[in-house]
Amino acid sequence: MDVLERYEPLVDDFRAFRAACERPLPSVVRVNEIKATPERAMDALDDEGVAYEPVEWHPGLLRLDSTSPGRTWGAYHGWLHGQEEVSTLPALVCDPQPDERVWAACAAPGGKATQLAALADDEGTIVANDRSLGRLSALRFNAERLGVTSMAVTNRDARNYSLKPFEFDEFDCALVDAPCSCEGTIRKNPDALDEWSLEYIDSIAATQESILRRAVQATRSGGSVVYSTCTFAPEENEAVLDSVLSAEDCRLVEFSCALETRPGVTEWQGEAFDRSVRKAKRIYPHLNDTGGFFCAKVEVGG
Amino acid sequence: MSDRTNDGSQLDRLPATADERVVEGRATRQELLDFWDERYAIAPEIFEHYSFWEKGGGKLWAFRGEAASPLEAEALGMTFLRTRQEHWKPTTNAVQRFGRHAGKNVVELADAEARRFVAGEDQPIDWDGDWGYLIAAHDLAGDVEPLGVGLFIDGELRSQVPKGRRRELIGGE
Repeated sequence: MDVLERYEPLVDDFRAFRAACERPLPSVVRVNEIKATPERAMDALDDEGVAYEPVEWHPGLLRLDSTSPGRTWGAYHGWLHGQEEVSTLPALVCDPQPDERVWAACAAPGGKATQLAALADDEGTIVANDRSLGRLSALRFNAERLGVTSMAVTNRDARNYSLKPFEFDEFDCALVDAPCSCEGTIRKNPDALDEWSLEYIDSIAATQESILRRAVQATRSGGSVVYSTCTFAPEENEAVLDSVLSAEDCRLVEFSCALETRPGVTEWQGEAFDRSVRKAKRIYPHLNDTGGFFCAKVEVGG
Repeated sequence: MSDRTNDGSQLDRLPATADERVVEGRATRQELLDFWDERYAIAPEIFEHYSFWEKGGGKLWAFRGEAASPLEAEALGMTFLRTRQEHWKPTTNAVQRFGRHAGKNVVELADAEARRFVAGEDQPIDWDGDWGYLIAAHDLAGDVEPLGVGLFIDGELRSQVPKGRRRELIGGE
């Protein structure tokens, strides 16, 4: 079955979309500013003779001309972390500040959660949670290599997450980078669609809604919750937002993004969504030569 | 469960001084600050905003954030120091994070030595200072950067870089 075919009505240049999905992704690293400035990280790559190209929209991202970025001095020292360009977006939208309390609800393997820590100068409190103990060990390894000292790691179900173990009872912001059908990672994992099914989409959408609702409840009034996925499926994106908007005290807000994006869709297969889902952003692979992505910003206490 | 023993499922904040110690043998915040100061000349002020925690016996964590003790969590900040043996041993990650503030017991390695060190190899080095756990460092992009912990004994530097952090770097011979 050709899964991507179902998105033809949503995508304006469907041939370019299909062609981009077939191309492999460039190797991109994020400079971890807990340990090094972008200038020093670039100097180290220069000294090693590893070619790179800065990513125009984000000074801390570099496209590497290397098949083994893990074997550079920068990788050993935790100055560099391999992270797909588009997946750096949700932490930037969260924009956590020093002393803020931040929840990463589905945090493993930790690229976005460690980025949240770095954005808060490693001076906030990042509560990084994931249900999978195996994936959490990858998160812990990454966090320690990157020198993150402001992160508490928990292994619980995000849908009924309790803040009881902490000294505070609400977060300033939360990131729900939800488990999803991962269609947008097709350029990185060519077999990403092998297990695709409508049944899976239905069941994961229910989970996504529960986690996002819990994140809204656990965030202070005036705080923000960022919702992201790496799928094109409206069932997992706009439909989830639509349900949470009607169930919880929150609203969608605009946010800036230097990448080319398309607005969230208000209709899908006969179903209409709240008009405000247009404030969410869809990123198709052909727009910026990245993976596929979806990102929305929710303000709590509408 | 008694709060007078170590519990492997939870993190406990270290007592400030010996007078506040409940769990026998547990390191105190003051002992830990003294260790870094005396062994590596890292000033206690560097750790001013950190709290220190123990999970399981002798495994200490450094955390810069808010949490109540005891805390049931998988991790809190970074593993920082092992205190089970007579000689306390900093972790690779702690040395990479805080080692740039060190004023002594830092051995600077030449490029080829540094590459052998991160590959996990032992090697003879020219060092006439203390024996024991040293901070190994090298020059990278214009400044000295800590690599990890080496055990200096009998004229040899034994790399303590854990298996998962070892690398065969590009560009070596």
